[in-house]
Amino acid sequence: MKEKTVDIKNLSVKSASRLILKNISLKARRGALLAVIGPAGSGKTTLLKAANRMIEFEDGLESSGEINLNEKSIYGMDLSELRRKIGIVFSVPTPLPLTIYENLAFGPKLHGSVNREVLADKIERRLKAGYLWDEVKDRLAEPASNLSGGQQQRLCLARTLMLEPEILLLDEPTSGLDPVSTAKIEAALTEIKKDMAIIFVTNNVKQASRFSDETAFLLLGELIEYGTTHNIFTAPANKKTEDYITGRFG
Amino acid sequence: MRRKGFENAVELVILASAMTAIAGLFLIFIFIGKEALPVFFSPEIRDEAGLSKLFLAQAGPHPFSWQPVSLVPKYSVLTLFAGTLKATLVAIIFAAPLALGAALFTAEFAPDWLKEIIKPVIEILAGIPSIVLGFFALMVMATFVQDAFGTLYRLNALVAGIALGIAVIPVIYTVAEDALSGVPYSYKEASIALGATRWQTASRIVFPAALPGILAACILGFGRCIGETMIVLMASGNAPLMTWILDSPIRTVSATVAAELGEVVVGSGHYHVLFFLGTLLFVFTFAINLFAHWFVKRLQKKILGIT
Amino acid sequence: MIGRIFITLTGLASLIIVLFVLVILANIAHHGLGTLSWEFISSAPAHGMTAGGIFPAIFGTILLVLLMTIAVIPLGVMTAVYLSEYAPKRSALVSLIRLAIQNLAGVPSIVFGLFGLGFFIQFAGVGLDKFFFNSQIVFGQPAIIWAALTLALLTLPTVVVSTEEAIRIIPDSHREVAYSLGATRLQVVREIIIPQAIGGILTGGILAVSRGAGEVAPILFTGAAYFLPALPTKLNDQFMELGYHVYVMATQSPDVEATKPILYGTVLVLLLLTFSLNFTAIWIRSRIRKKMRALR
Repeated sequence: MKEKTVDIKNLSVKSASRLILKNISLKARRGALLAVIGPAGSGKTTLLKAANRMIEFEDGLESSGEINLNEKSIYGMDLSELRRKIGIVFSVPTPLPLTIYENLAFGPKLHGSVNREVLADKIERRLKAGYLWDEVKDRLAEPASNLSGGQQQRLCLARTLMLEPEILLLDEPTSGLDPVSTAKIEAALTEIKKDMAIIFVTNNVKQASRFSDETAFLLLGELIEYGTTHNIFTAPANKKTEDYITGRFG
Repeated sequence: MRRKGFENAVELVILASAMTAIAGLFLIFIFIGKEALPVFFSPEIRDEAGLSKLFLAQAGPHPFSWQPVSLVPKYSVLTLFAGTLKATLVAIIFAAPLALGAALFTAEFAPDWLKEIIKPVIEILAGIPSIVLGFFALMVMATFVQDAFGTLYRLNALVAGIALGIAVIPVIYTVAEDALSGVPYSYKEASIALGATRWQTASRIVFPAALPGILAACILGFGRCIGETMIVLMASGNAPLMTWILDSPIRTVSATVAAELGEVVVGSGHYHVLFFLGTLLFVFTFAINLFAHWFVKRLQKKILGIT
Repeated sequence: MIGRIFITLTGLASLIIVLFVLVILANIAHHGLGTLSWEFISSAPAHGMTAGGIFPAIFGTILLVLLMTIAVIPLGVMTAVYLSEYAPKRSALVSLIRLAIQNLAGVPSIVFGLFGLGFFIQFAGVGLDKFFFNSQIVFGQPAIIWAALTLALLTLPTVVVSTEEAIRIIPDSHREVAYSLGATRLQVVREIIIPQAIGGILTGGILAVSRGAGEVAPILFTGAAYFLPALPTKLNDQFMELGYHVYVMATQSPDVEATKPILYGTVLVLLLLTFSLNFTAIWIRSRIRKKMRALR
């Protein structure tokens, strides 16, 4: 399989009043799950949204630096294609006001007409990958809003996976979810990472140490420390990292 | 690549459609105004119907007479202005207290079930076409007013004014009610906490706070009356008389245009004067609308702080 | 104590208004119901308008608003879509368009009539005749298409406001999700915005139709006629119309007593048409709102 990487170099994002991200450089590749940790307001969400150019929807943000997908700049690519290749799952479940089936079919339909049987097959596979198939297989024609919060979030994950992205971004995807859904999503991600690069933002330090391979610690827009999860959590180089991990501030 | 081109084309079409409103207003002004220009600039038309003939007193027994179809055509528009003003004044004096009273009632005093009756009824009134109101005024109200007040003419400014008022009640009511309900609850809360009665809170706190909107409601109602045509056409008697007597027939600007444009000779002095009147109507109601909205914004900032 | 008196006065004001409405509706229903019959609705006038039915006027009214709708709904929806999805956030153009819509709504209907005459008939129509018909008079005269387009301009604000209202309810997260899945702006409009705003579009359209069916001043010189031997079949035909019929019959008929039943019957038909349209619009609006809440 070809190498799926996203390479962020010297990314800075500023608004009219402050510097949100200062000179961030990190890399995510297929097979490794990168967790981005840090207290609220550190710029973690902005980092994710810069990667698939969703920050362009917000007024007044300026960004500089390079972001390359598989060695090609994301600024030169067709936006629609870019977002197919870099998928995102938001922190709050966002089902579209459609049925479960239509939610999942939405992405593929945007990118070209799809054969109904191929689609149905894909839907089954993705729902299984998202640990949701058993719970909804008889309810595909129901409105997605009938599902519980945890089920909806797994649906959003499956919906993004329908496009077979090369990079998957997740913004605190399990915040506020019940432990069962959280465990299922973590298990799903652990399996998916062999097919794509995953960048995973979380406020929950324990979650990061649980199943990520690499960790980046962001504090107030700066990348304080970045390395393998094992190193960060057993022998952090920076005092601030250690303070954050041990809960001295948050 | 092909999709991009198609998307751009669609975006252009959408932008062009969005410009229709602006283009429409613009075109209205241009195409009505251009037919009014000869009143100012063409020597032959000016002779017959120039500004001096329209606005100044003319020699003879009737200095302000509107009689375009006669041996010596007379074009005093002041008579028409007077007619419009008369009908509008009657309408506002009749409608404003009723509409504002009802607005205050439903916004501050009425129980919910009563609100659910009054509001829809006024919405129904808003949906009645003016031709129907004019018809009702012609057939029923005129007789009633004549019997009740012993007026000389059956169709006159009073009848037209009342019918006009009925038509404009929903406009005044809706804007005023919006303004009254929009007053922040915290204002009322403070007043009630100090022991004020319901009427005191409503009259001393809510009403003044909503004053910009209430004034705007009246101004907009005024504007509507000026431009209304069908009711006046049917109920005012259509005789261009200029007198203070309430129950005399009148001719308004809008009714004149409506009644006479059908039979006028294209390009004649009469024709251009009618378009001139139309331009005046357009410019005047446009100005009133702009003023009402600007005025509300200005006062709202002063009274409620920047909203 | 004085407060109570004033409160009662405001209640009285409301009562008076309600009474007025009831009296008007009762009067029309009372005098008009007797005339209503299948024959009245389906046959043509006879005996110099003192007998027969008003079918041509009903037909003309319906055809008129149909043409108007074909013009006004696409224009109105696209304007609303532009304002909420395409326009840059704080552009002068957006403020200008909104101002124009607001002011268009306040233009007197007789001015629209003048516009119909001065622009559509004498400019567009005459122009068309020059280019396509060798200056014969084909479109440079009162015609149902010009009346319909005039009404379309008049009702444009209604459609725009109603559509925008519906679009505003759509949460930004739906757009965000669509974009994040790679949708282009046009796809967001087609797959998210329009389907979710369809209630507002329908409501606006129906309210526009109701308004268009009731306005008489704009069609006075742009195509309405009192008596036509045949129904309008071509875009440049004239047409009979309910409101116009009432106007002419009430003000110019030589024998008011004889035409009174027909007058009241016509007015009743017009009112029933307008009311049923308005109620349908309101009903659709509440149905769609319920559905939206269920799926959210």
